[in-house]
Amino acid sequence: MKLGLVIDTDTCVGCHACVVACKQWNTSGTLGPLTDYQPYGKEPSGVAFNRVRTYEVDTYPNNKTINMPMSCMHCETADCVTVCPTGASFKRAEDGIVLVDQDKCMGCNLCAWACPYGARELDEAVGTMKKCTLCVDRIYDEQLPEAERQPACVITCPTSARTFGDLDDPDSQVSRLVRERNGYQSMPELGYNPVNHYLPPRHKPHAETTPGASLPSLTERFKSWLDKAVVR
Amino acid sequence: MHPALSVIFFTVVSGAGFGLVILTAGLGVLGGVPGLGATGILTALLVGVVLATAGLMASTLHLANPRNAWRAFFRFRTSWLSREAVFSVLFYPCVALYMFGLWRTDGAHGIGMSLVGLLVLLLALATVFATGMIYASLRTIPQWNSPLVPTNYLLLSLASGAVLLTGLTVAFGEPPAVAATLALVLLVTAAMAKAVYYFWIGKPQGPTINTAVGPTRARIKILESGQSSDSFLNREFSYEAAAERILRLRLVVYLCAFLLPFVLLVLLLGTDGAALSLALALVAPVLLMVGLLAERWLFFAEARHVVNLFYGRQQC
Ligand code: SF4
Ligand code: SF4
Repeated sequence: MKLGLVIDTDTCVGCHACVVACKQWNTSGTLGPLTDYQPYGKEPSGVAFNRVRTYEVDTYPNNKTINMPMSCMHCETADCVTVCPTGASFKRAEDGIVLVDQDKCMGCNLCAWACPYGARELDEAVGTMKKCTLCVDRIYDEQLPEAERQPACVITCPTSARTFGDLDDPDSQVSRLVRERNGYQSMPELGYNPVNHYLPPRHKPHAETTPGASLPSLTERFKSWLDKAVVR
Repeated sequence: MHPALSVIFFTVVSGAGFGLVILTAGLGVLGGVPGLGATGILTALLVGVVLATAGLMASTLHLANPRNAWRAFFRFRTSWLSREAVFSVLFYPCVALYMFGLWRTDGAHGIGMSLVGLLVLLLALATVFATGMIYASLRTIPQWNSPLVPTNYLLLSLASGAVLLTGLTVAFGEPPAVAATLALVLLVTAAMAKAVYYFWIGKPQGPTINTAVGPTRARIKILESGQSSDSFLNREFSYEAAAERILRLRLVVYLCAFLLPFVLLVLLLGTDGAALSLALALVAPVLLMVGLLAERWLFFAEARHVVNLFYGRQQC
């Protein structure tokens, strides 16, 4: 299995609901807490597994806004795992999820340096590395109704821009989406082979415009205005 | 990349220490360090070990969770950081054995001593090489992902070791001809390798914002980073030094790390006065250390991690 996400940049509206849902679930999840620094101070910041950034693509009049949510891509060639000296970082053989064993991590930051996607953040209060778990503590939880065994970000997305599934299975919904909508990977040239894919904006037809007839003469227009204005 | 002082200090100081040990043990195996007796060799090794240890201790300062540092020995098969840790720890019993042997045999190198000396040399070399490879193995930082990086680490370590050895030889009141000549050759080689490196990183050649975000042909710019203040990612990766500052520090590197020590050593070779020799031989390593600290600071400050592309940088 190759579990991962497919994220549709065509429908994502950049509402950050997935960011909030992720933080809410995971701050009390297996890796939690996700420490906040000065939450009520001047410059609040903190650990997050998922961040949404917004870009303008192309220039006027062809410009378009794209929102790009990013979390761990659970790369197939995950250098973050190979560089880890303690063995705290590992990739599960059964489903490809990349995790950090909080009891082994020594907080050297090397894995964060090795990740191209900014998926790993050091929790400065705890001293260990934290990252997206693909909600490993939800997706296998048999206490939850089947429909809810999905990552928190996927369930919460109001536009259904996020789909979770097995990218190894050619018939899964995620694989079909990637195939049909030309899903792509971020920075494929680095060779990490990220499992998560993004769907590009759809090509929508431009609004129909017909060349208007030439403007009627001034007298014509005055007459038609008069017709409407004067009620017999 | 954010230039962390502990790592800068670690790589410079332990590099010099290992370099000193490499040269001392190497010359020892080849028949003794010219000018230095057993006491001199032992002192040189001791200085090297102290410097290496100071550096290694400093490196643990940048760990956020040093309680688990002992686990760093267990991923030797994949991680260069683990390899560095293993090599540096194996180095200690070997160098202790070597020093004990030197003390017992009064500097004579039988076959056994030569083997131990060789082992010490190889482990010190391997440690410095592994340090360079920690950086060179990161595909995320185009300025580091090159064989030039371990080459620079090795050459600078050897050059600083040679300059230190020259200083020690003079401090023992001996003629430093061999050590100083070695230092001159190494300084020139290291300076050339560094110049090649600076030339090579001059032009951005890494991934672009286009392959990072997706649309590969259109112009892309960031509108919103989605955060109201800097996160860990910005603090760790988004360090930007002003171009002017970089230029000025490169000047410091060329002057303090290469040119001035070179001139001082040439003068040293030409002088007979004991006091002047001592002054020259002691100023050279100090200048070199200043130059190398600047060099290491730049090594970090000029490295551009690809995560910056997501924060709006056009190319890394
Ligand atoms: S996105 Fe980063 S943290 Fe996640 S698997 Fe890939 S390299 Fe590792
Ligand atoms: S920070 Fe922790 S998980 Fe990351 S490389 Fe270091 S020890 Fe491994």
